[in-house]
Amino acid sequence: MTNNDAFVSLVDVSKHFGSVVAVDHLSFTIDSGEFFSLLGPSGCGKTTVLRMLGGFESPTTGEIYIDGAPMSEVPPHHRPTNMVFQNYAIFPHLNVRANIAYGLRYDKIEKAEVARRVEEALEMVKLPGFGKRRSNELSGGQRQRVALARALIKRPKVLLLDEPLGALDKKLREEMQLELRALQESVGITFIFVTHDQEEALTLSTRIAVMARGKALQVASPKDLYNRPVSVEVADFIGQMNFVEAQVIDVRNGEAVLDTAGLGKITTTANSDFIHKDAAIIVAIRPEKLLLSADRQPENQDAVQGTLKTSAYLGDRNHFYVSVDGCEKPLAVAATEAEVSGEKSFDHESTVWLSWADNALILLPHD
Amino acid sequence: MNEVSYIDRPNRPLFFYAILYLAFLYIPVLFLPLFSFNDNIYIAFPLKGFTTQWYVAMFNDQPMWAALNNSLRVACVSSAIATLLGLFGAKAVTRYRIPGVKPIIFVIMLPMVVPLIIMGVALLILVTRLGFNLSLYTIAMAHVLISVPFAMATLMSRFEGFDPSMEEASSDLGAGPWSTFWRVTLPMVAPGIVASFLLCFTISFDEFIMAFFLGGTDPTLPIFIWGQLRFPFRLPGVLALGSLILIISFVLVFFALWLRRWGVEDTKSGI
Repeated sequence: MTNNDAFVSLVDVSKHFGSVVAVDHLSFTIDSGEFFSLLGPSGCGKTTVLRMLGGFESPTTGEIYIDGAPMSEVPPHHRPTNMVFQNYAIFPHLNVRANIAYGLRYDKIEKAEVARRVEEALEMVKLPGFGKRRSNELSGGQRQRVALARALIKRPKVLLLDEPLGALDKKLREEMQLELRALQESVGITFIFVTHDQEEALTLSTRIAVMARGKALQVASPKDLYNRPVSVEVADFIGQMNFVEAQVIDVRNGEAVLDTAGLGKITTTANSDFIHKDAAIIVAIRPEKLLLSADRQPENQDAVQGTLKTSAYLGDRNHFYVSVDGCEKPLAVAATEAEVSGEKSFDHESTVWLSWADNALILLPHD
Repeated sequence: MNEVSYIDRPNRPLFFYAILYLAFLYIPVLFLPLFSFNDNIYIAFPLKGFTTQWYVAMFNDQPMWAALNNSLRVACVSSAIATLLGLFGAKAVTRYRIPGVKPIIFVIMLPMVVPLIIMGVALLILVTRLGFNLSLYTIAMAHVLISVPFAMATLMSRFEGFDPSMEEASSDLGAGPWSTFWRVTLPMVAPGIVASFLLCFTISFDEFIMAFFLGGTDPTLPIFIWGQLRFPFRLPGVLALGSLILIISFVLVFFALWLRRWGVEDTKSGI
């Protein structure tokens, strides 16, 4: 009953803890070799999904298939999955070598081969010579590498990672992100990665499932999530976004005429079924898709006048907040240093123009 | 500004209170070793002179050795059983979702607060009605009952101190439940097991009421000592024995407490 191409599939999976619904009729599929992320705020059910994949929780309803086999009757120690735990769960009574070799005992591998593989795994995670250390003699980043080596040495079909970078500082986290991605590409194992950090998910993943309240709001590639979110909630969670209320006045030949609160009348391509005459919708636009200028740019057809309220200097770019008549909140505008250098400096309370290209607008259904 | 923080500053009244408190606790106990070396059959001041004759008499006292042997056997068996029960019980209540776990823990801990005399009488009635002969076995059984709460408390704190994801990681890596128990759970709670055993051992070793109610013809050491008190000339020998037991008990309890804490911080795998 599963899709033939799918390597991992969740079919209508729910998980209840007493009266709390942690996962609510969730279905999606993951292909072999993907770096798939479960992204969402804490309490959205992403960790529960991962724990069900690992076998530590069993679904209340529904079924999980890995490589075609149903998993609900399979205990964790017989599953083709391995997990990197959030706190790494390095056994404190064993040294690094024994930790990494721990699972090989159950694969009936001879001693010399075990020793060889452990050395190989230590090389892979860049910890050669650390075999005799104990977990309390390792830094956070090193523990994370040991946990990775311990899981990958089992050559699982699927590697599960539960916010493994959450405990690391920013610099180290970015370094580990690149390493993790490179590692995944070299071993070719399907990674399922849980995170609440949208930037991390965008950087690492081939596809992302955005979760909230136990449901998957959208499953898509990072690019599609960013450029084509399907709801206000997803658009709000991934990156920064300006939202403007709008009313559909007319729909004709795939073109919709919108009356927006603040951006004036806009004609734009529209082919979603929620867009029909008189529908109330939301128009979303990314801060970096808005162009800030002192005078009206003639080449851009759509433009609106506003008042510059505040600006924030972020190093590589500036954020400006421009209040526009009719808009509830000031619109955020991101501009690089180069983009604004040609303009005369923008003073607070000065009148500015915002313009955008037609394809910058994202039309979303009203919640 | 005072450089020493408020907490570290000396507090004289509190210091004297602490001294008084410790004196109240330990001076009566210190009379035991003091008089055990006193060359006088009567326990009274002034001290007459130094002697080790009571220790010599004690070592030649065959019934005392038999009683000590009985006590050691009862203590070993009852603390081993109590620790084993405590181990499984502590794992169950800390690791699994059990409905009504709080009332269950309450019932397990109850013997800690039920007066021993009540339990002694109740067990005596039960045991005789069931037709068992009173013996060292019935004493050991009663000692298991009163030791289990202590074993549970010791081991529960040990289980709570170590992250359940350790056991999950083990099963994730291919270990079945037994393998996980032997390779991860047991090594990690081992200090707790030793601590629990030692604690239960000392509880059983000096327990009087249960041993008195449920004992047969073989006395345990506390019963034997109590019997000796009727003979004044035997008293210094009892003091010698008491002094020895005191020292051994102190060592054991300190060791147990030290073990209970030892290693807890590195079993938490936080960063």
